[in-house]
Amino acid sequence: MKYRIIKDKVAGGVMTLFTLLSLILLVAMAVGLWLKSADILEEHSMWNLLTASEWKPMRNQFGFLAFISGTFYVTGVATVIALPTSLLMAIFLTEYSRSTVRRYIYPLLDILASLPSVIFGVWGTLVIVPIVSDIIGPAVGTATSGYTLLSGAVVLSVMILPLLVSLFIEILGNVEIDLREASLALGATRWQTTKHVVLKKGLPGIIASTVLAISRALGETIAVLMVCGNLIIIPDSLLDACYPIPALIANNYGEMLSLPLYESALMFAAFILFFIVLVFNLGARLYLKTIKTE
Amino acid sequence: MAEFNPTQKFEKIEHNGIEVRGLNIHIGDAHILKDVNVTIPKNKITCIIGPSGCGKSTLLRTFNRIIDTTEGVKISGDVLLGDHNIVKSHGSDLIELRRHIGLVPQRPCPLPMSIYDNIAYGCRIHGIRNKEKLNAVVEHYLRSIGLWDEVKDRLSAPAGRLSGGQQQRLCLARSLAVEPSVLLADESTSALDPISSKKVEQLFVDLKRDYTIVMVTHTLQQAQRVADHVIFMYLGEVVEQGPARDVFNNPQNELTKRYLDGAFS
Repeated sequence: MKYRIIKDKVAGGVMTLFTLLSLILLVAMAVGLWLKSADILEEHSMWNLLTASEWKPMRNQFGFLAFISGTFYVTGVATVIALPTSLLMAIFLTEYSRSTVRRYIYPLLDILASLPSVIFGVWGTLVIVPIVSDIIGPAVGTATSGYTLLSGAVVLSVMILPLLVSLFIEILGNVEIDLREASLALGATRWQTTKHVVLKKGLPGIIASTVLAISRALGETIAVLMVCGNLIIIPDSLLDACYPIPALIANNYGEMLSLPLYESALMFAAFILFFIVLVFNLGARLYLKTIKTE
Repeated sequence: MAEFNPTQKFEKIEHNGIEVRGLNIHIGDAHILKDVNVTIPKNKITCIIGPSGCGKSTLLRTFNRIIDTTEGVKISGDVLLGDHNIVKSHGSDLIELRRHIGLVPQRPCPLPMSIYDNIAYGCRIHGIRNKEKLNAVVEHYLRSIGLWDEVKDRLSAPAGRLSGGQQQRLCLARSLAVEPSVLLADESTSALDPISSKKVEQLFVDLKRDYTIVMVTHTLQQAQRVADHVIFMYLGEVVEQGPARDVFNNPQNELTKRYLDGAFS
């Protein structure tokens, strides 16, 4: 007779265990990466590693600045492209379009969101890179191979776009219809209603979704690696090549064991990436908390 | 600024009540309103009563065409307010027309902004941005619904922090602030506690001097308390309409009689 009670307890316990495991995994990863980076941190100061841009493993020079800036630039430009585009798309779909339009577009977005990233990489190589080298480069008077920060950012923005659109649709769709009607009933236009009521109500969710998408973009590896040029420089313009941290790790892990500090350096790179994503997420959470209590 | 009158910011519509002729509404394949002909007298409270699903909310929502937010809706017939035909209005005319017809919703729904901005919102979207004018408008309309003393020290607090009854009065003030001629109330007291409900109800009674009020009520008792004019609907058709005293005391139609006796609801 106590059987169902026991089952309830066991289910609760197992679920708690799995949840705790995922948390432990996160901590273990951070600790593991940190321990693995210990070798390089013994020999070089953290400040030097983060602020130097010379990367010559053969000569024991490990400066991460080029990679860090590459990561931020690609992600930043991709966000600047994807954020307004996806927001306008979501507004069109939730506020302006008919349900028949939505019925056809939603599945397409889902497919786009679930395409493997290597396909985006191939698409970028075959379409975006030639456009940048043959059209955009000559248009601004710069000779470029097309393998640039801009190409990486465009590919990345297209990758996070469907994610952003579907999250935004979810958020805007959850804004009560009563609020829209209250605004429309006062004689507001649809755009006024969207801008002052729907977007305002959805703002916390919009920020949270953007953080999620940026976190994904920060770590996106293969598609960006295929089109961004991978030169170890701090990019000066959109038409320079860049070399984000995930590309550094993916390109070099596996062939670095012959050099003493190389593995440790790559682990440190992974740690930096981990740290950036973590700080970014925590910062966004804190910010969300303040605007929600307002 | 002395000459600014917060109640005379916008043009008003000259009208003699609302005249509905041959109104039919389909939503998808469903025939929701069937050849509705009613008259809403000016500066009176008209209550639309009837069992749930009879189309009373749909009729109310046609008066300011907020019904348009429902997908697949088809309207035919005429709804006349002064020189304007509400059914035939489109685009900017319709948006402009909505200002003249206020809506107080069923559940209180303050906009996601401060108490002050909730009242000022309507004026702002219609182009009034002068701070002093807005201050005057906010104070006037908060006073008119008796909320001023309760909130004057926290005008910049989010409106969502007010109690349900206060929120509903705020929504009423928000509607009044754009100077409508007609006020629509869709079971506006049903989500409130009895005391707040009484307060809001009394406000509507006080307001009929200046506004033409159309109410959908969920309780017959409320209609009997406040109505000057009654429309009884059943299954999308208007069964009986007329002065409240006549309809309540001497209903002509058998169906109306049975509904008033509580035979069905």
